[in-house]
Amino acid sequence: MASVTLKDVRKVYAGGVEAVKGVSLDIDDGAFCVLVGPSGCGKSTLLRMVAGLETISGGTVDIGGRVVNAIEPSERDIAMVFQNYALYPHMSVYENMAYGLKNRGTPKAEIEARVGEAARILAIEPFLKRRPRELSGGQRQRVAMGRAIVRKPQVFLFDEPLSNLDAKLRVQMRVEIKRLQRQLGVTSIYVTHDQVEAMTLSDKLVVMSGGQIEQVGTPTDVYRRPATRFVATFIGSPPMNILPGTVAGSGAVSIAGTPVGAADMAAGLRAGTPVEVGLRPEDLHVTEGPEGLPFTVDFVEELGATQLFHGRTGEAELVIQAPTGRIPADAGALRLAIDPAAVHLFDPATGRRVGREAVGMAA
Amino acid sequence: MDKRAIFGGRLLPYALLLPQVLVTLVFFYWPASQAVWQSFLLQDAFGLATDFVWFDNYVDLFSRADYYRTMATTLAFSTAVTVASLSIALLLAAMADRQLRGGTVYRTLLIWPYAVAPAIAGVLWIFMFQPSLGVLARGLRGIGVDWNPLLNGTHAMTMVVLAAAWKQISYNFLFFLAGLQAIPKSVIEAAAIDGARPFRRFWTIIFPLLSPTAFFLLVVNIVYAFFETLGVIDTMTSGGPGKATETLVYRVFSDGRLGADLGGSAAQSVVLMIIVIALTAVQFRYVERKVTY
Amino acid sequence: MVEQRRFGNLVPHLILCIGIAIVAFPVYLAFIASTHEPTIIANGQMPLTPGGHFLETYYRTIFVGTSGTTREPVSTMLFNSFVMASVIAVGKIAISLISAYAVVYFSFPFRKTAFWMIFITLMLPVEVRIYPTYKVVSDLGLLDTYAGLTIPLIASATATLLFRQFFMTIPDELVEASKIDGAGPIRFFFDTVLPLSRTTIASLFVILFIYGWNQYLWPLLITTRDDMQTIVIGIKKMIVTSDALTEWQIVMATAILAMVPPVLVVVLMQKLFVKGLVDSEK
Repeated sequence: MASVTLKDVRKVYAGGVEAVKGVSLDIDDGAFCVLVGPSGCGKSTLLRMVAGLETISGGTVDIGGRVVNAIEPSERDIAMVFQNYALYPHMSVYENMAYGLKNRGTPKAEIEARVGEAARILAIEPFLKRRPRELSGGQRQRVAMGRAIVRKPQVFLFDEPLSNLDAKLRVQMRVEIKRLQRQLGVTSIYVTHDQVEAMTLSDKLVVMSGGQIEQVGTPTDVYRRPATRFVATFIGSPPMNILPGTVAGSGAVSIAGTPVGAADMAAGLRAGTPVEVGLRPEDLHVTEGPEGLPFTVDFVEELGATQLFHGRTGEAELVIQAPTGRIPADAGALRLAIDPAAVHLFDPATGRRVGREAVGMAA
Repeated sequence: MDKRAIFGGRLLPYALLLPQVLVTLVFFYWPASQAVWQSFLLQDAFGLATDFVWFDNYVDLFSRADYYRTMATTLAFSTAVTVASLSIALLLAAMADRQLRGGTVYRTLLIWPYAVAPAIAGVLWIFMFQPSLGVLARGLRGIGVDWNPLLNGTHAMTMVVLAAAWKQISYNFLFFLAGLQAIPKSVIEAAAIDGARPFRRFWTIIFPLLSPTAFFLLVVNIVYAFFETLGVIDTMTSGGPGKATETLVYRVFSDGRLGADLGGSAAQSVVLMIIVIALTAVQFRYVERKVTY
Repeated sequence: MVEQRRFGNLVPHLILCIGIAIVAFPVYLAFIASTHEPTIIANGQMPLTPGGHFLETYYRTIFVGTSGTTREPVSTMLFNSFVMASVIAVGKIAISLISAYAVVYFSFPFRKTAFWMIFITLMLPVEVRIYPTYKVVSDLGLLDTYAGLTIPLIASATATLLFRQFFMTIPDELVEASKIDGAGPIRFFFDTVLPLSRTTIASLFVILFIYGWNQYLWPLLITTRDDMQTIVIGIKKMIVTSDALTEWQIVMATAILAMVPPVLVVVLMQKLFVKGLVDSEK
């Protein structure tokens, strides 16, 4: 097993497009690191540079203490699972898994043992003789995983491996990948655009945008203390509400004239400074009193266990989430109480988190 | 359109290209450039001296009445072959497309002439049209036609056109049938609901949808009639009688065989090259359209 | 079709049967002629049913040849045709495969130039450069050799374009997976590209075999010796201008023999043939 260290890694394409603009990242031995971001954010390019499928324009990639910039993919001791699985269509499942070992000159007995073991772990033993096209999507996915496992690499690389599966299978395979990674303890880098996958799988979550890292942290960290407005709205479903506000004095901000306690978040900011106030839908609660943020409900979305109330406060749109039945469905005008600890403040110009805990968040 | 994933390697790609490039240079580019070069040269009667004469060979070529006659012959021949083989093939394909069952059987029974060499097709047809012993020649005599392709240019032309068209029917049939079967059945059903009878439906719905195929085949057939029918003509008439069946390609072949006028023969080749380039350009414009659709 | 008419289907069937009859008639007649005595054919009294000289005619055609002249037996011609067709088909496929592989899977200086150079040969069919090409072959001392018969026809833009197009459809991820699995360009070619190209190769082989078998102009120029001529050329020389001397039953038997291999290929490998034909026109 090995740690992976990226130092100021850059990718500039021949046309001059800069896909990755200087990324530094430490991934500990055995960690499950997920790179998440919208399409075009550079996450796949970064992964492919680690794999050796893209040349590195600047900086260094270090796997297990060895700079691999100039080393062929096959010599990097990595294995990769592709989005479309990239199984060799003309080879049986067994041959698919054995191919990499065969090319390395691994003895036949050893190949058989390793493929057998991987097949057992992944429960694909009955399919070893079949061709990929005779398998279902989920089975192909397992074969792709098997091909990675048999190599016993130092690092697993996953490039959106679940996006070709239907929703149900995706959840199931997600759990299996997590379990497998725990069981094998292999350092893993996993690229996805799905924030739910990112949250559930990662030990270390890396949010990327525009070729740069927006934030690195544990999933809880990133969720609880998003470093930028981008992270705040990207992670979490439904996304965080962002409302325009101003600092009303120490410990408070005002949204459309309504003062809202912001604990010591707003400490140190001058009164009158414009800010963007981030409020997660589930952190907004209805209050009976006359105090609180006014909220007019437009319509309700049913999610089963919870309900989403779409509406407005003043001019701004707002969504709140509450356990089903807590708020009457025919509610018209409501007042919302806000826990000062749940208030996030962002600089409208830079999008960065301001106030308490802002320091040291952004990577 | 380039691959994202490629291999490194400096010498390997050149090594892989070498055989193709070598053959191409030696047998395509060198002879073609020789043809172009020679078309500007004039050799004296004894082959001792050559002069660079600019476009004299071309001027000479285009001032000869018989060259225009050859052009006219080529046009008449190509038009007849193309029209005959396309229309017969379209009729048969339309009929075969109507069959729910037996369609593939008909296809098998109709496509095999593709495999017959043009020269063999010529031999088969000349046997039927042989004035003294041919089955069809005897039939024509029976109805009062004084059939003699060895003397009568029109007879010879008819015979050559029939043989050339016969061989091409299978190719056209195959593509027409594929084109017809690619038309969604729902479109035809919609037309039927709109009250169009089969014949009307064919001309107003099916034929327009088939027109890309038809256009493609038109170009292919012209190329075929121009260049690939040399075997038919050579076995059946050798361009005769009295050059009545001499096409441009056949003329290059027969003039060059005599070996007298190197420059003139080369100029003819260059004219042919220009025709091929034009036809290929037309074909590729069509292909491009098909790709972008 | 949409209508459910009782007799509506009869007319198309009838037209198709007439069409097939017309298309097949010349070949039928050739076969009939090859089973009759030459005298019956020569006096124009040949019946439309097979005669009794099948074995005799074909034996003479294959093993002896026409009488009176020093013609080769057709078996030699068949052998030459077979060699020519096979070498052209295999050779074209081989050099097109590797050159398309180079153009698609490598990036190197003059890649575009090389591609265009191959592409432009589409516009230089042998008919337009007959004599200069003949001269090259003759200067190289390749007249009356299998090399001279085949190599000049081996370069093919069509096959190269076809393979290029096919390679473009192979997912990039397969290359990447192979790279990670430790396969270089050569191993990737043999382990993945070649097996995946099997159908394309087979269908192209069918088309190219027929192409090679049916060549007329080129072998006509390149072969001067009778023992080097292909069957398509040989048959022309059997037809003597003065009708009386032409042994039509042997000519027709030769025509049948010349048709059998390519026609069998088309009929037996119809699927591949159709695929090859459609693909190579794209």
